[in-house]
Amino acid sequence: MVWQKHDYEDIPGTYVFNGERSNAAYNLNKMAYSFNSEANRNEFAADMDAYCRKFKLSDEQRTAVLEGDFLKLLQLGGNVYFLAKIAVFHGMNMQDAGAQFHKITTDEFRQILLDNAEGFEDKLQKRGGYWHG
Amino acid sequence: MGKVIGGLTTSHIPAVGNAMASKLENDPYWKRFFDGYTPVIEWLEEVKPDVAIVVYNDHGLNFFLDTVPTFAIGCAEQYQNDDEGWGIPTTASFEGDAPLSWHLAESLIDQGFDMTMCQEMKVDHGCVVPMSLMFRHLPEWPCKMIPLAVNTVQHPLPSGQRCYDLGKALRKAIESYPEDTKVVVFGTGGLSHQLQGERSGIIDVEFDLECMDYIINDPEKMCAFSNTEIMRKAGTEGIEVIMWMVMRGALAPNVNLLHKHYHAPISNTGAGVLLMTDGTD
Repeated sequence: MVWQKHDYEDIPGTYVFNGERSNAAYNLNKMAYSFNSEANRNEFAADMDAYCRKFKLSDEQRTAVLEGDFLKLLQLGGNVYFLAKIAVFHGMNMQDAGAQFHKITTDEFRQILLDNAEGFEDKLQKRGGYWHG
Repeated sequence: MGKVIGGLTTSHIPAVGNAMASKLENDPYWKRFFDGYTPVIEWLEEVKPDVAIVVYNDHGLNFFLDTVPTFAIGCAEQYQNDDEGWGIPTTASFEGDAPLSWHLAESLIDQGFDMTMCQEMKVDHGCVVPMSLMFRHLPEWPCKMIPLAVNTVQHPLPSGQRCYDLGKALRKAIESYPEDTKVVVFGTGGLSHQLQGERSGIIDVEFDLECMDYIINDPEKMCAFSNTEIMRKAGTEGIEVIMWMVMRGALAPNVNLLHKHYHAPISNTGAGVLLMTDGTD
């Protein structure tokens, strides 16, 4: 039994959500999916540890959920869209999570986004044909 | 007869939904982004489509990882938005067009696309944000809506080429529908962004603009990118751009470009708006 390798596995700092990860973290993602229901969110909020055990998370997964360690959860197979449903309980949105992945503040992360896009209007002018409203 | 009257592209990120819910359209951070939709909104008011086919990916509302269809089409009379777990306000439900949906499913399957048919389908922000961007100023949704979900979450994903070919088959399916029906196709998601991991925060303006050019003028070049190449450049979630290829395939080989807009960053993404109609060969 062997998990096949893929050509996307050498992209640094990237965890492509493939069968291997999905298989490894099925219970973790299933727990996150359950948070679409308000009753489940309330049950989780009342006793996070018990709720994790109900979904049979591993000790490593449960600790990362309780600590809000999203890089660890990603490495353990969490899917980013499902992790977003857990992040809410730690008062975090996707930008906060993005910052946490880099171990920087959310403001610093937002600055990275701005820096990456810097000068885009010049590039639009150069290519032409863009509507600028 | 059914007719594709145009195709458009848009972002579908939840932050846009939150911005609309909080009426932040004129906030300095958001204004340029939202202004980019005005010509599309005006065009839609003028052409009055009967049906919008919204190509999007579900983010864990309707589909869980227990069952992941590569391509799924709504075949219901009605679609509801629902609680996604993070507090985005829900919208009014959407009227579907079941006879057209079933016709599309039959035709697409005849053409070799094994669609999953959904008679109950909750639609998440991926579908709802685009509809809201275009129609939220109206008292109710002005046209019917058919959701077409593409798996861009659980790898393996379909390729850009496969999505483009699905679009071509979709056009044939629409054109073989006997009742006069004006259809507009929304390609949603994208552009460059990576939400996860130490590489989170990717915005690649050059790649985004290149993609937009290819999609307008040379979709075959876009098809030549492998999913790994797209993820390497545009980020793991930037792969959503393959859904724009479904829309592009539904248009004629040559298009009239009516509107082209780009803004970055908007939340964590580059955001592109295109409006195209069939050109002449």
